[in-house]
Amino acid sequence: MSTRLGTGGSAIDRSRPVHFTFDGRRLAGLTGDTVASALLANGERVVGRSFKYHRPRGIVASGPEEPNALLGIGTGDRFEPNARATTTPLREGMALRSQNRWPSLAFDVGVVNAALSRFLPVGFYYKTFMWPRRFWESVYEPLIRQAAGLGRAPDAETRDPDRYEHFHLHVDVLVAGGGIAGLQSALAAGRAGAQVLLMEQSPHWGGRAQVDGVRIEGDPAAEWVARAVAELEAMPNVRLRLNATVVGAYDHGWMLAVEMPEPGPRERLWKIRARRTVMATGALERPLAFAGNDRPGVMLASAVRDNLMRYAVSPGDRTVLVTANDDGYRTAIALVEAGLSVPLVVDARPECNGPLPRRAREMGIRVAPGRAIAGVRWQRRITGVDVCLQAGEGSALEHVPCDAVAMAGGWSPAVHLWSHCGGRLRWDEATAAFRPDPQFPPTGADGQAAILPAGSADGHSRAVEVLASAHRAGVAGAAAAAHEGDAGQVVTAEEGAEAPALAVWRMPQSADHRLRAQTFLDFQNDVKLTDVELAAQEGYRSVEHAKRYTTLGMATDQGKLSNINGLAALSHTTGQAISAVGTTTFRPPYTPLTLATIAGQARGDLFQPVRRTPLHARHEALGAAWEPVGQWRRPYVYPKAGETVEDAVRREVLAVRSEVGILDATTLGKIIVKGPDAAQFLDMIYTGRPSTIAEGRCRYGLICNENGFLIDDGVVARLGPETWLCHTTTGGAERIHAHMEEWLQTEWWDWRVHVLNVTEQFGQIAVAGPLARNLLERLGGMDLSREALPFMHWTEGRLMDVPVRVFRISFSGELSFEIAAPAGRAGEIWDRLAQDATPYGTETMHVLRAEKGYIMIGDETDGTVIPQDLGLNWAIAKKKDDYIGKRGQMRLHMAGERWRLVGLLTPDGAVLPEGSLAVAQGTNANGQRRTQGRVTSAYWSPTLGRGIALGLVDRGPERMGETLSFLQPDGSEYRAEIVSPVFHDPEGERLNA
Amino acid sequence: MPEYPLEGRRFDGLVRLESAEPRGMIALRGTPEELSSALEESVGLAWPATGEAAWTGEVGALWMAPDELLLLVPQGQAQDLVERLGRSLADRHHLVADVSDMRTLLRMSGSGCRDVLAKVTPADVSPAGLSIGRVRRSRVGQVAAAIWLRDGETAEIACFRSVAHYVFDLLADAAHPEARVDYWTPQGADAQA
Repeated sequence: MSTRLGTGGSAIDRSRPVHFTFDGRRLAGLTGDTVASALLANGERVVGRSFKYHRPRGIVASGPEEPNALLGIGTGDRFEPNARATTTPLREGMALRSQNRWPSLAFDVGVVNAALSRFLPVGFYYKTFMWPRRFWESVYEPLIRQAAGLGRAPDAETRDPDRYEHFHLHVDVLVAGGGIAGLQSALAAGRAGAQVLLMEQSPHWGGRAQVDGVRIEGDPAAEWVARAVAELEAMPNVRLRLNATVVGAYDHGWMLAVEMPEPGPRERLWKIRARRTVMATGALERPLAFAGNDRPGVMLASAVRDNLMRYAVSPGDRTVLVTANDDGYRTAIALVEAGLSVPLVVDARPECNGPLPRRAREMGIRVAPGRAIAGVRWQRRITGVDVCLQAGEGSALEHVPCDAVAMAGGWSPAVHLWSHCGGRLRWDEATAAFRPDPQFPPTGADGQAAILPAGSADGHSRAVEVLASAHRAGVAGAAAAAHEGDAGQVVTAEEGAEAPALAVWRMPQSADHRLRAQTFLDFQNDVKLTDVELAAQEGYRSVEHAKRYTTLGMATDQGKLSNINGLAALSHTTGQAISAVGTTTFRPPYTPLTLATIAGQARGDLFQPVRRTPLHARHEALGAAWEPVGQWRRPYVYPKAGETVEDAVRREVLAVRSEVGILDATTLGKIIVKGPDAAQFLDMIYTGRPSTIAEGRCRYGLICNENGFLIDDGVVARLGPETWLCHTTTGGAERIHAHMEEWLQTEWWDWRVHVLNVTEQFGQIAVAGPLARNLLERLGGMDLSREALPFMHWTEGRLMDVPVRVFRISFSGELSFEIAAPAGRAGEIWDRLAQDATPYGTETMHVLRAEKGYIMIGDETDGTVIPQDLGLNWAIAKKKDDYIGKRGQMRLHMAGERWRLVGLLTPDGAVLPEGSLAVAQGTNANGQRRTQGRVTSAYWSPTLGRGIALGLVDRGPERMGETLSFLQPDGSEYRAEIVSPVFHDPEGERLNA
Repeated sequence: MPEYPLEGRRFDGLVRLESAEPRGMIALRGTPEELSSALEESVGLAWPATGEAAWTGEVGALWMAPDELLLLVPQGQAQDLVERLGRSLADRHHLVADVSDMRTLLRMSGSGCRDVLAKVTPADVSPAGLSIGRVRRSRVGQVAAAIWLRDGETAEIACFRSVAHYVFDLLADAAHPEARVDYWTPQGADAQA
């Protein structure tokens, strides 16, 4: 049984108990505990079931590399799946749930998978269930999805109530990792004068050195750590953050970190532009590959030590240590010093006579050199291990009773950040580890190495080397930002000497198939030694292929523990050296990020900006139904009490046709174009000739892209000798402004033209209907008579003492004016107009324009339509030498048999479904029914009392009077006759009134 | 009387947020070679250096682009200045327009300014990156904005009128009283100002 010891524990506060539940049972931990240490303190060794075989699994590690202890934390709106117990601080009232088990952790029906495990070999996804094929979707996949997996996603109806945010920072040196290497780097860079940010993933400074008994400058590491932190805190140019993990390295030194502030938002995502990042991320201990190594109670030796020293938690009463290096002995020594029993140290090395093994022997610990584990005996808990020769095949020599096993397989530098953005690794035989290759670093904006490895992340294991490399990295980081102050001296350190480690990739060396089939390489994905061997036999010899075939190193832990052992197994099976096998690429993030953290503040009302016109509050007060148009909110229609949307549209349309209506047209783009070359410029931008518009007049214009396709339209007004005002569509303002700037800046940079997007300077109101002039004249201040302001003219003056421009233009086919006032004063005019006019929304505007056959960008155009398709040849200056799109429109397939704009009328007046396709005879090469046209806009027309539609039809204008068939997805059919697209007032008498 | 989108809105958290007093705003496009003498004559300000603002009292010339300035003047004076500039620049290639209603000005005050700004903009808001006198055009959340400091504890933010409420709400959320970062404040402000 794991339990809490009576004394010790550097991280816990025994006076402050913390209560929590695990699968509904009430338990207690201490302030300072992680969820993992609290569970262990309560004797909870089984914390989950494995992904594939549903084997019981326990806590293995003490950091972010933990593969097994993933729990569901919290309930309801705050439920979070797959939380790592080893890095989650214990909180009062926490509700923890184990995952991937049913019905309970102790008894899991899925464990039958174990008996069937020979039917679940590697690649089982790809082969076992392929036949019969139709069973895959209906039977196999649902079954596998139910049986395999990690935590369940939160309920779709829950809403996370917590805050999340981002923080952007530009800094000279980012130090990732607050162990002794990170502290030393920060000291060196900080003293040199650089702006430094030091981040540590855990709640403690100092990392492993304090647990491992290192002495620095003659003192225990903890004392030096305290001094270093105090010095750093006093530096005005250095910032320190605990509970903050640097999780990703990207191009040009852009780094990502996630912080769990306490108190504060639940998570804060840091986006850091660092000139240099010191990678002081330490190293991760490797498991050893022996049969039964996945049994709950088998832990990394370092995790045993961490739990003992930090949380006073013992893994069991009797712990067998299995190791291949001297470092593992520290765990045996610590356990005995804590009063616990270590019945045996199993050391794979034939000789183990270094200072640490000697000291262990002096303490009375039995050491068995040249031995290995042949099996772990398990009956709901570990009862003992069988010991065999490392050099043999696994015949048991003796049985040693115990209730826990600590394994020390050597250390792998945590090189993930180095790899994220292209840094290469080299295999170092001497340390049996992948180390950053200084020849091929990830590069920053200056083309130099953006990441500087330090300490054990760079492959150093001795404290003195760790500190020296960290000092160098700190100095180099500061120097890259031109800070070259006195960085101080390299500090000295001492620790017990260590004899060489042995790289042990399997135990015993010639383990038979039975043992190998119980030897797990990847705990999280249930990948065994035999799986990797099978993959290699089946031809998956490349490390990238083997990874995907076996799933080794996938999922949330991304192979932090399994990677190297898996490569070694592949290397052994294929007979290649590990350096030749290579390694898979580590991808960001180092630890999983929650979606909420990535979203930050962009949720709820802040999910997207909503653009409001100056009249927004008035529309709201009128009860407008809204339509999103880009990021704008426009009134769709203003339903009155008891009115349906259809009723309201009908009322608004008839009001415009018979009296007068007002529309908020503020969102239309307004771009000023001015300069000596503006005329020439606009003649290139537009298909027509804005240069010939007289001052005081307006003209409709079309804008095409270089392929000739229509991208925007609007009215252009000539404001002065060399000044024009171009109106764009609502969605076109920014796009067309950018289009103009791009041509000016990249192609016609020597043309003297300025453009300015003044869309938001004006509130614009359309006043449309037979009574429009009458109403405006009552406002007073301007002569808007037919003689003073004819159709397609504009003027300026003061209405109700508000300075305005009035455009005599129409998008409804009625007598119509558009009034542009300074945005802050448009409301005064609207309020006065609203007393006598009917406000109408975008749906009414659409109906009005469709009745007149006016096209709408985005309805009648879709990026493949040229103006000629829409019968807009009159708006193209054919004799002009050039305009953007002219050459595109000259291509052969732009003439002849194209789909062109027509009106469509059903015989019974029904409204054609928008988007309907008109079918033709025969089928195309794919066996699909041929088509000859489609409906682009369709409305109920209150003016005509029937449905009307616009559409694009193959050679449409040549086929007036033909009837087309529009098939519906449900098999029904609409028929419609091809007619002129102008349904209302074709002579334009009302327009010119 | 003119309406302003954020009239009457105020938020107190890590900083105080409020609508800045309305000012006249003028967009001026043209090269400094052609326009700087007229600018000096009309408003008494030299063409600001790249990324900087020039101030004389409440009149400011903010650098927006190599050929674009935003002039800030007391409320009601924009139209008159536009006309004066138009006259004195008649023979120079330029574009001048009254854009007083196009943007909204927010004021943020308190020692937490830099911390709150850093949550919403990728621009460098460190004391070195955003010193007093600098103007940063960048984004705030998902929209374009310009940011400058009037003093160590007062920032002004200009954004388009249509998104004034979005920017206010975003900053208010970032200035949530329980969301302290304490990166640039209080220690940072004192030590690095």
